[in-house]
Amino acid sequence: MTSSISALPAKQSDRLLGLPPDTLLKWYDEMLLIRRFEEKAGQLYGMGKIGGFCHLYNGQEAVSTGSVGAITLDDYVITAYRDHGLAISKGVDPKAIMAELLGKHTGTTKGKGGSMHIFDRTTNFLGGHAIVGGHIPIAAGAAFASKYRDQHLVCLCFMGDGATNIGEFHESLNLAALWKLPVIYIIENNKYGMGTAVDRASAVEDLVKKAAAYDMRNEVVVDGHDVLAVYKAVKAAVDHARATYEPSLLEVETFRFRGHSMSDPIHGHYRSKEEVESQKKLDPITVFGTVLIEEGLATEEYFESADKRIKAIVDECVTFTENSPEPPLDELFKDVYID
Amino acid sequence: MPVVSFREALNQAMDEEMARDDRVFLMGEEVAEYNGAYKVSQGLLAKYGPRRIIDTPIAEAGFAGIGIGAAMVGLRPIVEFMTWNFSLVAFDQIVNHAAKMLSMSGGHFSVPMVFRGPGGAAHNLAATHSQALESIYAHFPGLKVVMPSNPKDAKGLLKTAIRDNNPIIFIESEVMYGEKGEIPEGEYTIPLGVGQVMKEGTDVTIVSWSKILQHVTVKAVQRLEDEGISVELIDPRTIKPMDWELIFNSVRKTNRLVVVEEGWPFAGVGAQISHEVSRNCFDDLDHPVERVTQEDVPLPYAHNLEVASLPNIQRVIRAVRKVLYID
Repeated sequence: MTSSISALPAKQSDRLLGLPPDTLLKWYDEMLLIRRFEEKAGQLYGMGKIGGFCHLYNGQEAVSTGSVGAITLDDYVITAYRDHGLAISKGVDPKAIMAELLGKHTGTTKGKGGSMHIFDRTTNFLGGHAIVGGHIPIAAGAAFASKYRDQHLVCLCFMGDGATNIGEFHESLNLAALWKLPVIYIIENNKYGMGTAVDRASAVEDLVKKAAAYDMRNEVVVDGHDVLAVYKAVKAAVDHARATYEPSLLEVETFRFRGHSMSDPIHGHYRSKEEVESQKKLDPITVFGTVLIEEGLATEEYFESADKRIKAIVDECVTFTENSPEPPLDELFKDVYID
Repeated sequence: MPVVSFREALNQAMDEEMARDDRVFLMGEEVAEYNGAYKVSQGLLAKYGPRRIIDTPIAEAGFAGIGIGAAMVGLRPIVEFMTWNFSLVAFDQIVNHAAKMLSMSGGHFSVPMVFRGPGGAAHNLAATHSQALESIYAHFPGLKVVMPSNPKDAKGLLKTAIRDNNPIIFIESEVMYGEKGEIPEGEYTIPLGVGQVMKEGTDVTIVSWSKILQHVTVKAVQRLEDEGISVELIDPRTIKPMDWELIFNSVRKTNRLVVVEEGWPFAGVGAQISHEVSRNCFDDLDHPVERVTQEDVPLPYAHNLEVASLPNIQRVIRAVRKVLYID
């Protein structure tokens, strides 16, 4: 890693936004970790080791890494059910996430939540929520608490394009704008809510326009595959929220390389193979890798070594999980109520 | 002992808890500048200001969710529903999020908050505005359901509910807010899950709660006593957790049980009580448990139909006479 940093040009290019090289390389590693983690999860699902619903993040890594890169550990992140990538970005231990996917007692929620419900208090990761739209008012609640305590913490609230059509989205946006709550709503527009294209579900195809109903600061990130573009937009929204407590609505154009869930084919009746293949040319990891090479921050050797390191981490996740026990039966009655 | 109204008792509970803990705040429709649709929050805005007494738009799912999110990260919200009927548009928040958060997060996030407001029928409000919903909320693991029947219990139970670390469903009654009763001087709390024997008796046990207890059951008991029937009257005060031993011990003494509740018969709270008593007091019972409930219909507007549907004194007396085999 140090050899690539030594290759840093005397004057950094503007497109790197003044970010330190080690941060950028860390982002590359993180996106790669999410990708490899999800590939492994897909394999384990195929082997029948992961049950229930499992929604992979492949293709959307730049949204997670770029967004969470713009906040601190003390800030809050909340999302829907496609939550593995965001949990990894927020700093949740990937071993515990993998263990959760396999329903192990060492999982993030002791095997209580599974893939769609990753939670972690120590990193302020407020979940993993599987009822579409249900978490959106809760995000405003975390932001409310920040303002109530005069903490200037922000909450990043991620959702899919489909969630912008449900009532709780609108109630939450109205309240956040009305009360000036420091929440940044981030629509991960991957073009389809399960199998329903955006233009078949929303009367307003430009989802960001929904901010207008609440006179809310807003921005579209067209290059959602570009981690730097995502970071730039989220950082501006976060800075604004910290300074003014005002919310923002961001729409990030992205694409999932896998099906909606493991039971949904990658391409088929609602999106064509050509569309998927064309989107895959904008692979966020490849795109960012090219930037790092062009800026002299990384070499092919770096990528090879990163691949090995990340593979070792994912292997460790699997080993940890396979060596972990299932929850003991008395866990069934724990954490229903608290004293 | 001071005599206060039900609404004053609730107001004192919120006032005292807000004074002792800055994490406690109240939000809901008309709670601040209007001083409460039923004046339960009268004067609190003047005392605590708009940071802690917060008027909301008509957006129950939105502000219930804000309460849940705030509770997850350490505040202790009181969310007022103008009536519990309106909680149904926040059902997803209460049931899918508040109730399940602690378990589904593996203990990472608790939701210490109170949802409160009036439930049940008032007068001529028709089907959507007259619902007794305690059995629905008691169905869900993770929630506690509290239903006081008098000002003393209302204050003591609400203070405990605010301090509890779980989501609490606290159901009051619109038509009881003006009713007065004695409360102890100074600070007191009443634990959740502990019922009360309102009147000791030997012939039959009646379990009843909230408004129906005061407006119907107590009056029926008076008439039964006049007939020479000795009734043991139990107010569970908390629907969940239910004080089962209090009920079982009474039934073991009287050998007969009538449950009087405002809700509908199917899968009502009384159905659960009947089941538990059947299982635990089978050899003690001299008659199957009888229930008095609302008729199994949406409550109509017209006064005569409304009266015909809701539990009344005659039906309670009839049920008691039945378990005593008195024609």
